[in-house]
Amino acid sequence: MNKKPESDSPVFTIRGLTKTYIMGEVTIHALRGVNMELFPGELVVLLGASGSGKSTLVNILGGLDSATSGEVIYKNQNLTKASDRDLTSFRRNHVGFVFQFYNLIPSLTARENVAIVTEISRDPIKPEQALDMVGLGDRLDHFPSQMSGGEQQRVAIARAVAKSPWVLMCDEPTGALDSKTGIKVLKVIEKINQELGTTTVVITHNEVISRMADRVIRISDGRISKVFENTHKVHPEELSW
Amino acid sequence: MRAINRKLIRDILSFKGQVAAISVVTGAGGMVLILFATTLDAINESRDRFYQSYNFAHVFAEIKRAPESISDRIKQIPGVNFVETRVKGPVRLSVQDFEDPVQGLIVSIPDGRQPELNRLHLRQGFMPDSGQTNHVVVSEPFAKAHDLRAGHTLEAIIKGRMETLTISGIAISPEFVYQIGPADIMPDYKRFAVLWMNRKALDGAFGMDGAFNNLTLTLQSGADEKMVIDVVDHILGPYGSIGAFGRHDQTSNRFLEEELSQLRIMTIVLPAIFLGVSAFLLNVLMARIIRTQRQQIALLKAFGYGNAEVGLHFMLFTAIIVCTGSVLGVGFGAWAAHGISDLYAEYFQFPEMSFRLQPGTIILAVLVAFGAGMLGTFRAVMHAVRQAPAEAMRPPPPERFTRGWLEQSFFGRILSQSSRIILRNLSRYRFKTSMSILGIGLSGALLLLGSYQFGSVNHMLDIQYRLVQKMDLHLSFNEQVSLSARTELLVLPGVHYVETYRSVPVRLSHERKEYRTSLIGLDENPNLRMILDTHHQTVSLPPEGLLMTLYLADYLGASAGDVIQMEVMEGHRRTLKIPLAGMVDEPIGISAYMNRDALNAIMREGPAISGAWLLTDETRHGHLFEKLWDKPHVAGIGLTSRDESNIRDYIEDTVLIFMIILLILAGSISFAVVYNNARIAFAERVRELATLRVLGFTRAEVSWILIGEMGLITFLSIPLGWILGTGFAFLLNKAISTDLFRLPFIVGPDSFAFSAGGVLLASALSTIFIARKLRRLDMVLALKTE
Ligand SMILES: Nc1ncnc2c1ncn2[C@@H]1O[C@H](COP(=O)(O)OP(=O)(O)O)[C@@H](O)[C@H]1O
Ligand SMILES: [Mg+2]
Repeated sequence: MNKKPESDSPVFTIRGLTKTYIMGEVTIHALRGVNMELFPGELVVLLGASGSGKSTLVNILGGLDSATSGEVIYKNQNLTKASDRDLTSFRRNHVGFVFQFYNLIPSLTARENVAIVTEISRDPIKPEQALDMVGLGDRLDHFPSQMSGGEQQRVAIARAVAKSPWVLMCDEPTGALDSKTGIKVLKVIEKINQELGTTTVVITHNEVISRMADRVIRISDGRISKVFENTHKVHPEELSW
Repeated sequence: MRAINRKLIRDILSFKGQVAAISVVTGAGGMVLILFATTLDAINESRDRFYQSYNFAHVFAEIKRAPESISDRIKQIPGVNFVETRVKGPVRLSVQDFEDPVQGLIVSIPDGRQPELNRLHLRQGFMPDSGQTNHVVVSEPFAKAHDLRAGHTLEAIIKGRMETLTISGIAISPEFVYQIGPADIMPDYKRFAVLWMNRKALDGAFGMDGAFNNLTLTLQSGADEKMVIDVVDHILGPYGSIGAFGRHDQTSNRFLEEELSQLRIMTIVLPAIFLGVSAFLLNVLMARIIRTQRQQIALLKAFGYGNAEVGLHFMLFTAIIVCTGSVLGVGFGAWAAHGISDLYAEYFQFPEMSFRLQPGTIILAVLVAFGAGMLGTFRAVMHAVRQAPAEAMRPPPPERFTRGWLEQSFFGRILSQSSRIILRNLSRYRFKTSMSILGIGLSGALLLLGSYQFGSVNHMLDIQYRLVQKMDLHLSFNEQVSLSARTELLVLPGVHYVETYRSVPVRLSHERKEYRTSLIGLDENPNLRMILDTHHQTVSLPPEGLLMTLYLADYLGASAGDVIQMEVMEGHRRTLKIPLAGMVDEPIGISAYMNRDALNAIMREGPAISGAWLLTDETRHGHLFEKLWDKPHVAGIGLTSRDESNIRDYIEDTVLIFMIILLILAGSISFAVVYNNARIAFAERVRELATLRVLGFTRAEVSWILIGEMGLITFLSIPLGWILGTGFAFLLNKAISTDLFRLPFIVGPDSFAFSAGGVLLASALSTIFIARKLRRLDMVLALKTE
């Protein structure tokens, strides 16, 4: 049941995006002119080798970092020219992040780690509901140290989606997990994408994972080398690596 | 350069703020150590050299008049090395262009030559020629105060006879290193002089032909001073001796000893405080570095670095901080010691006082600083050394957080998540939190300690000059006179009121302790010289029994009701037992008091007095002084207001300078501690804070977590600082209580406010620094690594 993203106007429009890091004598071109679009409700896998610029791209899209040149337009709002205050409110209300290393607050319980976001966002769902959705409805009052890596990552996903974001950015969400646990996490991501219709970007260097995407964007050496739509999108439980 | 040393340098650079702060605190410790040790050393050495090469006597005795032949009997006493007799007496001087009368002490020297004991160090001119009857050597500080030189003349009244004296030389003596008038507590170089004159000339003036009224002697090494003093007293008793005494009771030496013992306390206490704080800061910093470098340490070990190398690597970190601190400390210490030499040269007259920075002192300071540094880092470094390589490669055991009692209360339900983070962090790392609170509390304590003394010194002077001494003038007589002298004084110009006293030198003893002082006999309810109880309330004198200064009672180990043994050192010398009726609390001096009638009875005399206190009209002082000086029995006139301003000047010159140094250092320590603490909190939280920023928290919201935590710690540490500071102040107060003066132990609200204010200011500054760091927080960088 593929969506037809072309029918809607894009959530993100990216034009000529570059990012260079100047480190003394050396200049590193992390992004060398990226053009692309992200459409409402699609699940995109950003595939590329380590160091190809995936995180840099997603960090710029998510308002964590600024580009050297080019434009990022989020639903008519030009992020490249946004102030810090605007970027903060963009992150607060529109994007959810999931990282490789979970980045939960160790001193807060699962429920509180989600609540920390719902307390400040405009249109949140209940922390309990978000945790229920990732299958952790019975672990509400556990601290991160009392949970496994996969469970912690699911809390992180609950935290990311509890604010009902427009976009969910997942940077190597399974990078620190074994394949069985990783698949569980991907299932949760797929479920969010399906049930809430959140535009979802999953970064990975793992080819197998790209099979669950609506669209795959391959990035190498700071450029988009290939974009293709998955004709046979498969469910995560059918994946293995 | 080896890679591991490069790592060391980078580590140091990345902690440069804290490294600098700790270096400064270490340097402050080194500086005060060098400053006080050098000063102590210089005074000690100058004194020893002066006493030795100028034959400072060991025992001193004053008598009314004894025949010269008696001195042979004293020479026979076993243990006595050399005996010299002298004639010594008061003199009144007038100096050109100086209105006030000058009191002097004139001391004989053998005709035309240096004495054998208490030799003079001539600064200028010569000893008087043999046979000269009007040539004198004058003491240097007096000569300097009036710009007098050899060849100048002075008008003097010796025993009622006016003479013109020519200054043949200017000198200092080991007997008057601290040159102070008999009734003063502070030197007044303009109004007190010591003069030396040929014995023959003085014999005539004082009627001492073939006799002497002062004797000094030196002891053979190993002699029993107390035994010699007893025998001297026995021999001289019939000649009106007021009791022989050793160096310990010799005025100048006494002041010198007091100064040295205070310096000794400072030499230990202040460096201990500063180096203690620096060790504490190092401990916090190293523990944190080693905690975060767990995996690096494991890696080094996995690749074959030995425990010793790993330990050395971290020890070097400390060593570099201590070295920087030592360089600062030695530099500033040498500079400060040099500056302070001028201060001491003004109060203590030595032929030379060389403030040489001894290599030994430097080595001591550096060693002590190193010791403190190593002590501070040892625990953390051992932790790194003991870590098994495999263990460290595993991630650290997860932190366990719990919900505390506070949160389970109603209060807990209204807490925001960020406040919850603060509370959980503080209670999770209880040890670290308490160390932070302790560290900041200590710095608040130092601030309180520094500021407390300002108030305390003022308070002491207020008690002494507002509550105890209410007279305008204070007269002492050559010898006791009849009470009828009071009426003579009352009719003098400008005199409103006269109160008299009797003063007798005594030796008080209780159990094994004894103390020489004067026993002062007063009216039952004195109006000009108040006797205060421990609550600073005026009390009247009981008809019988003794009152004594609390400090003296403590020293003698006596309490009210005990029987004190009292040896009367004047007139018919005898020993009697007398009950201690109560204690007197006064901040300056050590005396004992008694009803004058009772004292007269003990002395088996009529209503005799030794001096008087006057209320006067200040505008008529010129006239009054002239009349007073004409009275043959007036030996000294003291002006209370001048005493007070002298002592205030002295305190401003010396005590306050030390306090200001202490305050500046305490202020910088506060900042170092608070800043260090904030930096570490920041470094440990940076990832968590970055995560929150990613989740859409604003800078202000994220800052609250860190700054709220700092604020809470500061808030808790302020009362702790008050408690600790009050304790320190109490200890310091005890340590610097001396015979001369004792600071009242009163910590005023301004000290508390000062301590809290200093800590809050340091926190505010640190907050600004941290806020700047938060502004530059790079989310992407902070999230990149695990
Ligand atoms: N802060 C930085 N400073 C310098 N170079 C960086 C920085 N962050 C990333 N890079 C470089 O940019 C390139 C792309 O990095 P990144 O986007 O993290 O790659 P990916 O996520 O695809 O593995 C890499 O060559 C990396 O070394
Ligand atoms: Mg990456």
